[in-house]
Amino acid sequence: MSRVRPGVEVRRDWGSDDTGASILHVDMDAFFASVEIARRPHLRGRPVVVGGKERSVVLAATYEARAFGVHSAMPMARALRLCPHAVVIPPDHRTYREVSRQVMAVLAEVTPLVEQISVDEAFLDVAGARRRLGPSSHIAERIRTQVRERHGITCSVGVAANKFVAKLASTFAKPDGLLLVPREATVPFLRTLPVESLWGVGEQTRAALARWGITTVAELADSDVALVQRAVGAAAGAHLHDLAWGRDPRPVRPGRTEKSIGAESTFGRDQRDMDVVEARLRELADECGARLRKQGLVARTVSVKVRTSDFRTLTRSRTLTSPTDVGREMFLVGRELLAAVDLRGLAVRLVGIRGEGLSSAAATPVQPTFDELALGGQAEAPGSVRAAAEQAMDEVRERFGSAAIAAGVIPERRQGPSTTHLASGQLS
Amino acid sequence: MKFRVERDVLADAVTWTARSLPTRPPAPVLAGVRIEADPQGVLHLASFDYEVSARSQIPADVSEGGTVLVSGKLLAEISRSLPDKPVDVELDGTKVQVSCGASRFTLLTMPVEEYPTLPAMPETVGVFDGEELAHAVAQVTVAASRDDTLPLLTAVRVEIEGEKVTLLATDRYRLALRELDWRPASPDISTAALVRAKTLSDVAKSLGSTPEVTVALSTGSGVDLVGFESGGRVTTSLLVDGDYPAVRRLFPDETPIHAVVDTQALIDAAKRVALVAERNTAIRLAFSEGQVVLAAGQGDDAQASESIEARLEGEDIMVAFNPHFLLDGLGALDTPFVRFSFTHPNKPVEFTGQKDLEGDDDRSYRYLLVPIRFAA
Repeated sequence: MSRVRPGVEVRRDWGSDDTGASILHVDMDAFFASVEIARRPHLRGRPVVVGGKERSVVLAATYEARAFGVHSAMPMARALRLCPHAVVIPPDHRTYREVSRQVMAVLAEVTPLVEQISVDEAFLDVAGARRRLGPSSHIAERIRTQVRERHGITCSVGVAANKFVAKLASTFAKPDGLLLVPREATVPFLRTLPVESLWGVGEQTRAALARWGITTVAELADSDVALVQRAVGAAAGAHLHDLAWGRDPRPVRPGRTEKSIGAESTFGRDQRDMDVVEARLRELADECGARLRKQGLVARTVSVKVRTSDFRTLTRSRTLTSPTDVGREMFLVGRELLAAVDLRGLAVRLVGIRGEGLSSAAATPVQPTFDELALGGQAEAPGSVRAAAEQAMDEVRERFGSAAIAAGVIPERRQGPSTTHLASGQLS
Repeated sequence: MKFRVERDVLADAVTWTARSLPTRPPAPVLAGVRIEADPQGVLHLASFDYEVSARSQIPADVSEGGTVLVSGKLLAEISRSLPDKPVDVELDGTKVQVSCGASRFTLLTMPVEEYPTLPAMPETVGVFDGEELAHAVAQVTVAASRDDTLPLLTAVRVEIEGEKVTLLATDRYRLALRELDWRPASPDISTAALVRAKTLSDVAKSLGSTPEVTVALSTGSGVDLVGFESGGRVTTSLLVDGDYPAVRRLFPDETPIHAVVDTQALIDAAKRVALVAERNTAIRLAFSEGQVVLAAGQGDDAQASESIEARLEGEDIMVAFNPHFLLDGLGALDTPFVRFSFTHPNKPVEFTGQKDLEGDDDRSYRYLLVPIRFAA
């Protein structure tokens, strides 16, 4: 939502009555960059950018770097043109995950009703915690203080009557701020915003609404719902109209874990050799599988992302018959998806793979294959033999580091579009 | 080239010939249908994508012979939408004029000389009853894999032994086997072929309404090809290459537990109970004396259960199935009763059909399904 520039109007005080505002949206400020600065205090006050080499994208930028127009997801090369003296730090995802876990633990001390959205964002419903800890805005300040004191990083908190408004409020509170939107102020607050502030309004929806003369939330709210539906479709129209009136009935759902686990990688040079792209996809799938196993999760859907040299991004996904945590299975599906993407003859800039529809491996019923049954009682995990091999790889990595072992490729004779071979008498 | 043809006849033939044209053809000409007008009063239509070819012929009033190549999908759509009047088709330079009543269409042609040569129909090996073939193919292809990561399993294995043909398909979770009779060209024929399930199913649907389907096969002599011919329509397809796993051994030798249930009653109950089984989660079947209890959902999720009459021989048993796979198997049976044969709750369960509650099962169709296993 960084494209929505907060106007002066929005930042003003919307009142102090927080009795009807029990939803908090906690959002870390420039999270990866803040973590890096917390352990390198001499960088404080300087423009810092977290990201890989030249051809990758910015993962996080401090507010000092943002002042130069740098923002996350921007290609690194462009960021360095805008801000040549920026300090570039390669990402350290392991540390970010650990800090994230500790911050979430701070939130869990407030209430069990915490819904983690991503590594650096969460919703809290503090309706019940208020008896113990005081009004919502006190709780919000308490969280901000504790995160700052324990981890040396700042966060912004939006306090409102529902999730959607709380999330908007935290955006406008940034950086290192707090914005309370009392229940009564919900509609006046929304009416100050452009229509693209609403969840789900991207470029296409914005343009579709603009054709009907709707550019602000106020105009959207004052339009007949039927008109909005004609502009953007029945379901989206009704939903947007509700949002414009501050109606968002979704509860805070605790215990929701990560929605997906994925890995992607940008090539040093745009890649035309699909064998190289495929080999990279194999490594990424392997990494995804390892992360799924580490968290005890299985993925029901595999999705592949490809970005071509013209920056067009394509994604394709397929739902599996039986959820998996085996990198090889993800790769086989990923390779099919990749082959079906129409690259329009362009080279590949980035490739990624992602496991979605995650659930706990222990609680997910397993649909075994004939082969897994034939192996007898040992086939406890999906994928049987292959799963066992990858678990062994996990153990090697645990002891000797992640570079110690990787899935290899035996060069095969190319036979048509696929190189999958089945040993006779075996089904997989 | 110039001809006049009945609108229904044209629409039907073009739709059939163009039905398997690829949406994204490797070469533009492969999106075309080739029309050859024979002054003898016959139109020959053809399509080909290097794997599957289709040919049909229809009577037409040909005043000038010739051959053109036009977009198959477009011509099919146009001919279906035309008014019910004779259709006039004429080549005019590089364009084809299609006129029917007051409608006029101009289609671009593609270079006929770039169109590949269609494979010749191989030698005839036997003849099926169209309806029986269609039914058998539908019963078996439910179990074939749709997953292109396992190309071999997207095929149906066709085993031919004299007057008996066996169709087999599996996606690793279930296995379907169907035996049927045919009239072989030679009584001592013994061979096997792998035909892509999608192609076979398509052929069965489009040719199954005819009384007889002739099958042609060439294996081991260069290109491995299968051909089907019926009522002037010919389809050929490349065979799938590879060693199909030895799946017959998966059928259990002995099954100490049997249960017989009314097929339709079970389908109806399973559909209701499956409403609470989210995608791919299980439907549980608990068999005991006189009944089977179907149940799905557990813990905090929505739950459903229903019991129906069943006749059980052997010990009580409970199995869990993917509801989709269960319904596929039950739907493929064409008998009033289904017989389940069990060895163990975690071992594959065999489905067969039978006419009466008491009596023997019909072994010509067997569906074997691996139960879902619950984590401890």
